[in-house]
Amino acid sequence: MPSFVIAEKCDGCKGRDKTACQYICPNDLMVLNKDIMKAYNHEPDQCWECYSCVKICPQSAIEVRAYQDFAPMGSSVIPLRGSDSIMWTVKFRNGKIKRFKFPIRTTPEGGIDPYQGLPDMNQENLKNELLCDEIGSTLLAPKK
Amino acid sequence: MGIMVEPKGSLTSTEVLNNYKIEEINTDLLIVGGGMVGCGAAFEVKKWAPKDMKITMVEKAAIERSGAVAMGLSAINTYLGEENTPEDYVKHVANDLMGIVREDLIYDVGRHVDSSVKLFEKFGLPIFKEDEEDTRTIAEGAKPMRAGRWQIMIHGESYKVLVAEAARKALGEENIYERVFIIELLMDEGKENRVAGAIGFSLREAKIYIFKAKAVIMACGGTVNVFRPRSQAEGMGRTWYAVWNAGSTYAMAYNAGAEMTTMENRFVPNRFKDGYGPVGAWFTLFKSRVINAHGEDYMQKWGEMLKDYPPYGLAKIPATCLWNHVMLKDWMEGNGPFYMNTSGAMKKLFETLPEKRKKSLEADAWEDFLDMTVAQAGLWAAMDIDPQETNSEVMPTEPYFLGSHSGACGIWVSGPSDIAPKEWQWGYNRMTSVNGLFTGGDGVGASGHKFSSGSYTEGRIAAKSAVRFILDDPGFTPTVHTDNQTLAERIYAPMIHFEKNKGYSTEEGVNPHYIRPRMYLFRLNKLMDEYVAGTSTFYRTSEANLLRGLDLLNRLKADAPKLAAATLHELMRAWENYHRSIVGELHLRHVLFRQETRYPGFYYRMDYPHLDEQNWKVFVNSKLNKATGEPDLFKRDYIELVPKN
Repeated sequence: MPSFVIAEKCDGCKGRDKTACQYICPNDLMVLNKDIMKAYNHEPDQCWECYSCVKICPQSAIEVRAYQDFAPMGSSVIPLRGSDSIMWTVKFRNGKIKRFKFPIRTTPEGGIDPYQGLPDMNQENLKNELLCDEIGSTLLAPKK
Repeated sequence: MGIMVEPKGSLTSTEVLNNYKIEEINTDLLIVGGGMVGCGAAFEVKKWAPKDMKITMVEKAAIERSGAVAMGLSAINTYLGEENTPEDYVKHVANDLMGIVREDLIYDVGRHVDSSVKLFEKFGLPIFKEDEEDTRTIAEGAKPMRAGRWQIMIHGESYKVLVAEAARKALGEENIYERVFIIELLMDEGKENRVAGAIGFSLREAKIYIFKAKAVIMACGGTVNVFRPRSQAEGMGRTWYAVWNAGSTYAMAYNAGAEMTTMENRFVPNRFKDGYGPVGAWFTLFKSRVINAHGEDYMQKWGEMLKDYPPYGLAKIPATCLWNHVMLKDWMEGNGPFYMNTSGAMKKLFETLPEKRKKSLEADAWEDFLDMTVAQAGLWAAMDIDPQETNSEVMPTEPYFLGSHSGACGIWVSGPSDIAPKEWQWGYNRMTSVNGLFTGGDGVGASGHKFSSGSYTEGRIAAKSAVRFILDDPGFTPTVHTDNQTLAERIYAPMIHFEKNKGYSTEEGVNPHYIRPRMYLFRLNKLMDEYVAGTSTFYRTSEANLLRGLDLLNRLKADAPKLAAATLHELMRAWENYHRSIVGELHLRHVLFRQETRYPGFYYRMDYPHLDEQNWKVFVNSKLNKATGEPDLFKRDYIELVPKN
């Protein structure tokens, strides 16, 4: 289901240092039309529908409409991603709505200290097969 | 469609060629790809590298949302816990991949993978616990909730965001180059068979990058869209595996002279049709079964067929390809379509579940899709499917190439020093047969089922070993005599070709002097599908078909120098699709070489329809013959390290 940009809502991330959707799309699909300062998906048939652009858009200007070569029209799936959870609104073709909320992380955004609690490595250990958080534990080997 | 729309935001060939810059970056270790392997490598490397060792990462997208885990995941599929040993894990993987695997590498993942899972939880990944009230982490003793023997359930929407944040902090912003696409490895011109770096270009500005490095970790994932996909228009993007995985790992390593292994293997996942949402939880957590159009369980109906494939068909859980094999038989008998019996499974579960758990079970089912395949939730909504009422169709997909899931193609690497037999180690764990070139995850062949956690772990293993490699050869400086201008013209060749010829016709899409990347892809897709056992032949081929396919593929590759790119975005597609065609060639040649049907259900050699344990319980490996430009294929012995019972 390719992403699309709602013309009225997109402001081209004017006030920001980068166009959010263009920055995040894993497949380089989102581009900014500088003439009108609005973004669009320039290769919709390579869209995986990963929702990265939808989740990051500060204007909630991006949605996804079902791949028309196999999906009937009329449904939508819309996320609202916060700093610790995500809310999903699933609208069925028949009008029924389901809502879900799931946690996404337990640490504050930008709050990871990757090496917290890990000592400096002794270069002697470089020769063995233990990883940096396994030093001191027994290295298993296949039982014959 | 797509490329036909004028891409206003991507620099054009004219803009680029008139005014590009060349940036040369000298580094010690270059990590190509910022997916699970790359992020694992970034984390581990900084704990071992001396302060003055320079580590650089390059990625074609933004690492928060790159690689196969970009969208998120609803489970971690490899966690051993206290209930499994690495030996159990080896037995499981070996059986699933029809016996031909590198048990040293699998064992190695098995003995390290749980540490990585504990790290993810430390970074902030929410992991379901067996006891909902238990607030401890796994490291503190809590038991994760299992979705199956090897799987644990997570709230994994931000899985990749978390590991990327840790990688970014570890390496430092200034050492990560995003939106730079690497096309080729550089080989050292002073030392034989030694990697010296990699070259690529920016997708955002007129700039090429020449990275010179003492060691490279190549980790750009598996390969998607080599075969014609079942969906042909917009749905082409809805591949099961990440659509941006273009086979760059395999193509670049092979072109650099690395020995490849098991490239005849492919994965044909049996998934919810068209949306390609995950089915694993439906089997293991919801205890559902797949039924045919008449409500029959095809595995029970044709179960006898499994006896043709001992021991792989006789295991408690038969090999994945054999499930497809039996289903395809039932389909051929006219009993399709097939459905996941979600309604039956939920009804049965609801009979015993307390009210509170019923509600959360429904949420679990939806989260399974929303965390990792939103499109499937969208398709259910579009089709008004309530899984309690309506069953959903499942069907085997088009073939994929990967080394991390239920597939095993990839690069032949050196094993861990303490357990690999001498035939399988040449000094540095996860180093390919090219000195200084390391890989992990989808890159490592003959050792599937590592999934996200195992791939991250393998990145960590490769990184530690790359540091040792670099320190063991302190005098080495990469030597590259080819001048930067020549390299730039090689990278930009499709743009140069476009500029030279674009005015010949009035419509840029149709010009006899060039081929656009999109058409190159479609030509590859068509021949792979029709001659190399794609969906249209129900995964069947033969020597005569393969030779015909090879002829067509050789002609396609001969046209590769005429690939034309009008923008930077299209330049990436040109190189990606070229990489895809190399992977297609390797696969074809391996399938041709292996004269048996090792993976029924994934593909059939109709001229050798049986499993032949006597002659073919061996690895098929290949290597570029630089004189002929073609791969040499040969057998390597399988060695059993963990006795099977």
